[in-house]
Amino acid sequence: MQVAITVNGVVHERDVDPRTLLVHFLREELDLTGTKIGCDTSQCGACTVHLDGKVLKSCTLLAVQADGAEVTTIEGLAENGQHHPMQTSFWENHGLQCGYCTPGMIMASAAFARDNPGASEGEIRHYLEGNICRCTGYHNIVKAVKQVADAAAGS
Amino acid sequence: MSTRIFGSGIKRREDPRLITGEARYTDDIKLPGVLHMAVVRSPYAHANIVSVDSSAAEAMEGVVAVYTGEDIGDGLAGLPTAWLIPDSDLKTPEHPALAKGKVRYVGDGVAIVLADDRYRAQDAADAVVVEYEELRAVIDPEEAAGEGAPLIHDDVEGNIAFRWVMGDREASDAVFDAADVVVSERILQQRLLPTAMEPRSAMAQYNEATEELTLWCTSQNPHIHRFIISAVTGLNENKVRVIAPEVGGGFGSKIPCYPDEALVSWAAIKLGVPVKWTETRSENYLITIHGRDHVQHVEMAASNDGELLGVRATVYAGMGGYLSTAAPGIPTILHGLLYVGPYTMGSVFCESIGVMTNGTPTDAYRGAGRPEATFLLERMVDNVARAIDMDPAELRRKNLIPAFEDGHEVATTLVYDSGDYPAAFEKALAMAGYGDFREQQAAARAGGRYLGIGVTAYTEMCGLGPSQVAGAVGFQGGLWESATVRVTPTGKVQALIGASPHGQGSETTLAQIIADELGFPVDDIEVIHGDTTETPMGWGTYGSRTTPVTGAALAQASRKLKDKARALAAHLMEANVDDIEYADGSFSVKGSPDQAQSIQDVALMAHLAWNMPEGMDPGFEESQFYDPPNFVYPFGTHIAIVEVDAETGVIDLQRYIAVDDCGPQINPEIVAGQIHGGVVQGIAQALCEGVIYDENGQLLTGTMQDYCMPKADMFPNFELGETVTPSPHHPVGVKGVGETGTIASTPTVYNAVLDALAPLGVQQIDMPLTSAKVWSAIQDANGGGS
Repeated sequence: MQVAITVNGVVHERDVDPRTLLVHFLREELDLTGTKIGCDTSQCGACTVHLDGKVLKSCTLLAVQADGAEVTTIEGLAENGQHHPMQTSFWENHGLQCGYCTPGMIMASAAFARDNPGASEGEIRHYLEGNICRCTGYHNIVKAVKQVADAAAGS
Repeated sequence: MSTRIFGSGIKRREDPRLITGEARYTDDIKLPGVLHMAVVRSPYAHANIVSVDSSAAEAMEGVVAVYTGEDIGDGLAGLPTAWLIPDSDLKTPEHPALAKGKVRYVGDGVAIVLADDRYRAQDAADAVVVEYEELRAVIDPEEAAGEGAPLIHDDVEGNIAFRWVMGDREASDAVFDAADVVVSERILQQRLLPTAMEPRSAMAQYNEATEELTLWCTSQNPHIHRFIISAVTGLNENKVRVIAPEVGGGFGSKIPCYPDEALVSWAAIKLGVPVKWTETRSENYLITIHGRDHVQHVEMAASNDGELLGVRATVYAGMGGYLSTAAPGIPTILHGLLYVGPYTMGSVFCESIGVMTNGTPTDAYRGAGRPEATFLLERMVDNVARAIDMDPAELRRKNLIPAFEDGHEVATTLVYDSGDYPAAFEKALAMAGYGDFREQQAAARAGGRYLGIGVTAYTEMCGLGPSQVAGAVGFQGGLWESATVRVTPTGKVQALIGASPHGQGSETTLAQIIADELGFPVDDIEVIHGDTTETPMGWGTYGSRTTPVTGAALAQASRKLKDKARALAAHLMEANVDDIEYADGSFSVKGSPDQAQSIQDVALMAHLAWNMPEGMDPGFEESQFYDPPNFVYPFGTHIAIVEVDAETGVIDLQRYIAVDDCGPQINPEIVAGQIHGGVVQGIAQALCEGVIYDENGQLLTGTMQDYCMPKADMFPNFELGETVTPSPHHPVGVKGVGETGTIASTPTVYNAVLDALAPLGVQQIDMPLTSAKVWSAIQDANGGGS
């Protein structure tokens, strides 16, 4: 099937097998391999992207369902060559180790902090249920997200 | 005095590529013309293969080939077991890359399909028709070792792969017979799924003209993978290049060489095109090694006044359907030798029986044998405390080995390097407010609320290890590391290491060591790892050994370079070497501070070699092999405070305090991260993680939907403290810290929950402590919740 999906500001027109998952479209067709696959049951959140500004696990959608949509992946999060504040915060707070869950974690957290300025630690921990990290014990991820959420409330 | 970057929690240099999605993990690497491999896997835990019909699969669009174990024949040797425990009557049954005649666990490979697309390869794998004759399966290791159990390998009698004995049984009997108090418990160390977030992946490419094979794979030890791939394919080792690119966590599960890496290599050679395989998470849960799986019968002896006299255990350790790469070493050397812990206990005995079962093969999982030892020890100490009615913290305090700085031999024959267990213990108790807590607990109980506290004192053996010891205990490799520090003419540093970090931040930590030793800015130092062609030989990243062992090699290589730089600087400044002073990367002549040569100047002059002292070689590069003289022994005390809702069995983990001593901390933020992550993995074993098989050997926890991975909202913020006791034998005094969290936290939280439940009469619950099990235990104890 023919699709036209805007990814990180660029329109991509492709003929795809109807069963292709959006995450495979991003990784295999567009070589945007920053979006990861960590499970096959939509638990882990490693494949999280933004679809029309909303958080989405890209393993839960077929590429054909994203026809006409605007997708942002981790590769498109930085603006004007500057890291997104959530990327900076993860770096500053040691919010990552092996880095595999990190793109999904940052994509989910960036949208959360934008929509929930001043969120409490408890709210952050609850929200992050959809993203699994095996390395950090979440401690520094929560710290990183809190820093951005606090900054969003202050501005 | 120089400015030190050692001890500074600088940001990680790994992170820019990771936070932007630019890092390339194995599955992210693309080669033109690559074929995708899918594996036809057994749906039965134990069955004879009657027939395989691949005709339908072969006819499908995009399918290039289908091969069975018979097709491969002698083309691939069996996967080796590389830890051959001596004096244990060890059997190493054949482990073919694809099953021949019989399958021994659900997921055992039967055939491979090569196709031009991932989806098509899987479709075709589903179309391969295999007829099986199902056999009775056995999962529980104690049952598998018992009479009447189905035989899994014809050449492993009674399913017993090895029987390892540590200590003197009669001496142990004497201690236990004479003791005032003996407590006992049957402990289940449940199977766990390591679950590195990056699933395993492998891609092979063969160049027929040069006869060279390149294998990209998710490895913690590419040099060991090269060694094994060479052995199973028959290629010369110098014709095999293994590259571990970015690797997304391992926790032990990426140490072994699996059938899949061998199969992509074989297929790439056979077909002359690149072949890639990446497991799904469900596949990962079936075939990538599991951890733990012990049934332990444990006893501890003590005096009425609280002297711990001895511990002993019979351990049935489930090995799964085949003996994985390092599997026999885990429930033996890495387990029994830890039975003394931080205590002055004089009698230890362990009989560890490695049992073949119809489960997935087990192997090293974060901590690997040591968590299983620490848990049984700490569990039994709490049981002794209860038996003699002594506060468990007081009982531990009474038995801790006093501080020592340079060697302390214990009953297991290990010589601990250094320790101040009481200091870490008292610090943790003070942070937790232990005395006040007991008062709060009493008040809460009076009000029908069940608070509990768990305290674990631990020490562990890591930084593996002296190679002589490795040889003596049957490890089929060395345990040294090597490193090269190479300075370019413009004064930038490349450090090449044989170890292969995969999330630990070692590129940062190791650069800090070099920066401190040599005086280069840390940002000018790059640490290179993972490619067997680019890097010097090394045995890999596991056993909390990269900072201690590779770090020592780098420190020593840096010191050799510094000696050379000093001599060259003296020559260039026409001064005596003894008159050269060094500070912050600059050499100067005593008494004439305006005459100076920076380390960068010296590096350039060494490269130019226009004016070298007599006998000095050109260039500015040094290599070092480092074989540690002993293990390192980090230690500490962890404390958990929980509240259990007796109505529902729900556990609320309220506080977690960890005081760890890993010697001087090179990067405290990275150390803290290692502890946070390890603690969560260990707590999850206590509270929620656990493999469940049904009676036929079907994995019921086969996806992340069914296996309880710890989530952010299960945990409070952790409260960390440290003490600093350098290792006396290490060039910079450091000890490993990768596994301490996992080793200490499981018994800490378990004991806290059991402490909370004590007034309700609950004395034991098998892990994991799910609310359903806790609730049932409360009901069974007739304590009631209302």
